[in-house]
Amino acid sequence: MPEPFHELTELRTLLDARQFSALELCDSYLSRIARLNPKLNCLLSVHEDAARTAAQAADRRLAEGESLPLLGIPIVHKDLFCTRGQVTTCGSKILQGWRAPYDATVVERLDAAGAVVLGKCNMDEFAMGSSNENSAYGPVANPWDTSRVTGGSSGGSVASVAAGLAAASTGTDTGGSIRQPAALCGVTGIRPTYGRVSRFGMIAFASSLDQAGPITRSAFDAALMLQAMAGFDSKDSTSTDKGVEDFDAMIAEGGTLPDHQLRLGLPREYFQSLASEPYQEALNAARRLFEQLGMRVSEVSLPSTYAAIPAYYVLACSEASSNLSRFDGVRYGHRSQQPGTLEDLYADSRSEGFGAEVKRRILTGTYCLSYGYYDAYYKKAMRVRRVIRDEFARAFEEVDLLLTPSSPDVAFKRGELAGDHIAMYQQDCYTTPAALAGQPSASIPCGLASGLPLGMQLIGPHFSDALLLRVAHAYQQATDWHRRTPSL
Amino acid sequence: MADTGPDIRYLSRLSALRFNAAEVHSAKQDLDRIIEMIEAMRAMDTQGVEPLAHPLEAGQRLRKDKVTEQPQAEDLQTGAPEVREGFYLVPRVVE
Repeated sequence: MPEPFHELTELRTLLDARQFSALELCDSYLSRIARLNPKLNCLLSVHEDAARTAAQAADRRLAEGESLPLLGIPIVHKDLFCTRGQVTTCGSKILQGWRAPYDATVVERLDAAGAVVLGKCNMDEFAMGSSNENSAYGPVANPWDTSRVTGGSSGGSVASVAAGLAAASTGTDTGGSIRQPAALCGVTGIRPTYGRVSRFGMIAFASSLDQAGPITRSAFDAALMLQAMAGFDSKDSTSTDKGVEDFDAMIAEGGTLPDHQLRLGLPREYFQSLASEPYQEALNAARRLFEQLGMRVSEVSLPSTYAAIPAYYVLACSEASSNLSRFDGVRYGHRSQQPGTLEDLYADSRSEGFGAEVKRRILTGTYCLSYGYYDAYYKKAMRVRRVIRDEFARAFEEVDLLLTPSSPDVAFKRGELAGDHIAMYQQDCYTTPAALAGQPSASIPCGLASGLPLGMQLIGPHFSDALLLRVAHAYQQATDWHRRTPSL
Repeated sequence: MADTGPDIRYLSRLSALRFNAAEVHSAKQDLDRIIEMIEAMRAMDTQGVEPLAHPLEAGQRLRKDKVTEQPQAEDLQTGAPEVREGFYLVPRVVE
């Protein structure tokens, strides 16, 4: 019988060898979801019938001799990807019960690859949060310690993979929403280079930052997911085809490292601010392992790192205030029943439908874009963004990849940062710089502290996603942190 | 007059959000703290640095000026709260 923590390559072998059918695999995950989801709140909707139908279709294709990497593999989607005919809430009350009239490109591509969608994942409302406590449908519990947060905003996605409720998941990352929760729940997550994956059908938060990526049990699995997800889409003019074949090459070559010596940089500023000693030790151990793997490790400097959080919040909130203006109670979503004028209808629908953090960010963005403040905040943040990006570009003249922590510490207790939104924003201090600069960056499990997962981040030059995954794969061949599982 | 920071009532009108008196007070406190956090960035010397809008500075891709999609108004309106005969219904705006 299937067990819940197989990697995709293992599942592929077992499915192709008819050890179990895609339907049996699907059913085993569905029964695990039925048992554990009430406790964890990972999934906002479970598509039992559609999943079983898709699994049966996969079984027919398997019987005809087809073998695609994801054929019959059960996955889950973050609930901000539009799925035709199924509910898409984006973690918000304003979209409660809303059904998208079309599929996101990512959804379409994974369907075409034969993946079986089990359901859709809980998340911070409109992807705004670092703990998944901002969901209108309740927080997600961390499978490693259910009194702790999962991180966010892709909290339901990472917890689903960590708890063995799905073999892989989709997520999105605006300032760290794949990498930070992946670290806190002990799974692998990659934010690809900006433009690598189509944003069509993703509900927009901050368009110049939003990027979709996979959350998996291993780096090799992430490459298999990205092979299906990535590529140009005429419906997203910022998407690109560049380097998509790199994933094919990596998979064909079994994820091996390139022949030449790789140079790994440790950005001084990231390590100076890391207070946790067990975390420092885990990263030191990773550094030593990379040296044993033949890499040359050196220190680099990214002096403007301190400005990333402020610049990120100015830009992300500004873009959000504009993107979220579409929720007006007229075209879709919640509509207030209060009597009044058209202006009242807008304000009442939005005020009833949006949660506190979303309102806070809309107000912040509106302020930063308002007359008299635009240059001082929005334009200034765009200048800082260039400074940060140029510093990465200079660092990548000296090194091939960067190694950093993914988060300030292990998962914190639910409610611990409630009411202190600035402390919450600081949880993304290691993930926002790469997001601003559009760099590919992944979080990989690298240790445990007091029984809770720690993650390390690898950041690469634009379009080095596959190289980054090769390095992560080499690390995972030599360690077993990614194979540790919570007891549930 | 000294700058007392964001005017929540003005901003709530611009962003079509409604706040009661207590909410205005806490929103003001929240926003003041966020702006304080942003100050760290404002101190950076960025003279002569061009603003960066797209991380890869890719230009806007243009497509051929050709119709590629069919009208799908009905499909798109299925999720609307109130529609009649293809129109979205709103409170009366012209007497």
